[in-house]
Amino acid sequence: MSQVPADLQYTKSHEWVRTLADGTVEIGITEHAQHALGDLVFVEVPEAGRVLKAGEPCAVVESVKAASDVYAPVSGEVTAGNAQLLAEPETVNSDSYGAGWLMRLRPAPGALAAATLMSAADYQKVLDAEGG
Amino acid sequence: MAFIPHTPADVAAMLAAIGVARIEDLFDEIPPELRVKSLAAIPEALNEMQIGRLMSERARSDGTALSFLGAGAYEHHIPAAVWAITTRGEFYSAYTPYQAEASQGTLQLIYEFQTMIARLTGLAVANASMYDGASAMAEAALMAVRANRKSHAARILVPTSVHPHYRKVALATTANQGLKFEELGFGADGSIDPASLARFEGQDITALIIQQPNFFGRLEDVAALTDWAHQRQALVIAVVNPTSLALLKPPGEWGTGGADIAVGEGQPLGVPLSSGGPYFGFMTTRSEYVRQMPGRIVGRTLDSAGNDGFTLTLQAREQHIRRGKATSNICTNQGLLVTAATIYLSLMGPQGLERTAAASHARLRELTAALTRVPGVRLAFPGACFHEAVLQFDRPLAPVLASLAARGIHGGLDISGFYPELGQALLVCATETKTSADIERYRLALAEALQAARAA
Repeated sequence: MSQVPADLQYTKSHEWVRTLADGTVEIGITEHAQHALGDLVFVEVPEAGRVLKAGEPCAVVESVKAASDVYAPVSGEVTAGNAQLLAEPETVNSDSYGAGWLMRLRPAPGALAAATLMSAADYQKVLDAEGG
Repeated sequence: MAFIPHTPADVAAMLAAIGVARIEDLFDEIPPELRVKSLAAIPEALNEMQIGRLMSERARSDGTALSFLGAGAYEHHIPAAVWAITTRGEFYSAYTPYQAEASQGTLQLIYEFQTMIARLTGLAVANASMYDGASAMAEAALMAVRANRKSHAARILVPTSVHPHYRKVALATTANQGLKFEELGFGADGSIDPASLARFEGQDITALIIQQPNFFGRLEDVAALTDWAHQRQALVIAVVNPTSLALLKPPGEWGTGGADIAVGEGQPLGVPLSSGGPYFGFMTTRSEYVRQMPGRIVGRTLDSAGNDGFTLTLQAREQHIRRGKATSNICTNQGLLVTAATIYLSLMGPQGLERTAAASHARLRELTAALTRVPGVRLAFPGACFHEAVLQFDRPLAPVLASLAARGIHGGLDISGFYPELGQALLVCATETKTSADIERYRLALAEALQAARAA
């Protein structure tokens, strides 16, 4: 049973979104996603300043077997990519909701409200339906 | 394992499962005007004896001309051992086997090929090869767009002194992928004038392609061009002739930082001209871009018992895994030709390759000196050349080339169509395979052909 923290929001494609005190959001992949991918050997995060549209591929998480896209849950401008992951991609496996964050972005005006994000309870239902 | 074809019942069951009545319905999105209705233009099938006879007749009609053609394919001496070894049963396959790791010998050979090409180009990693030099350049442009994360323009500067066919292939390959190619002209000396780059100042450039030696055989100021690109956060794609690298500075050492990607045509390394193919391309890059490099890569590793072994590696972005998002869906490696090239390079060694390059250079100088003694012929671009050079003529080339061909001499490539601004321009090539007597024969035939043309 994967952990699904109640204070985060989620997408169907297994990203999580944390709203920070300054109004920016932190984005990562869920514990379920990192488990499904297996041991990560490479993570590619976006550069600060890149402007993303919701649903756009914005990062790549690569295991020995597959490289998967991560999609922007919210439209906005990237304020930081987690550069630490370049040297230590396994952090996404060991701490997917914490030090394994992928990027922070400043949502475009109204983008957060417009985004199709799920509560922890709804995301848990998605996982249950997938048999996870 | 037996191959069991589908029975009509299997086919019917599969069609029913996807809700289609006939196999033909799977192709109904192909418009009628694109469908071939009749194969009437295709002749009847021939049996093995008939086709053998036809092919040898066709081959005879090619003759065995004395060839001064270059322009991307070069006639070098191939030691007899190269193809004697390449065609041994253990090597004689055109492809990496599907169960790759079961063929350790094939993987070791590719690993050694990669090592040789990486050393020749002065870059850290090489892939297992590509179709040919032109498609390798197209893939390098796509790779640069993925790798240069500081650029968002997908804009590639491509000098017109790059092989015209390579440019055409790059355009065709990338036409639907949003890349923009921006042409860069050449100066009066046939090479890129670094000052002409000034008009791109302050613009977002993803990569600069530099061919060395360029299509005219001229040497570019690769150090200045590389530094210019890097100062503007553009990547540098080197298109190189592998033989020339025995003498010239490898792309990895161009300028302060070195080129980022090197590609080229591998044919000069032991592959016969054979009417234009099959050949193979090569590609190398820095370690930091290895994940953006298309194609297969063989790595060296240890097995569970601690023995050395070879394995395909970094496959996560290949097409069998990433499908439409793979680094490339149209590339492959050319196993058999890579085998020949690896054996060629092992037999030649660095000294042998250097002697080949130096002899080719000496023959070219001898050729241009001889031909420019003929009235009406001048060297288009004075200055350093390798392998080939452009000659300008004072009258139409086509009849002159026809007259040479009638005497069994392929005089070179008429490039007037590619570069009308050069007038009647001929790209001539000489390698170590040409003797002083060959060059003299060409000079005399050319002098006579031009004299006849003048008299007519």
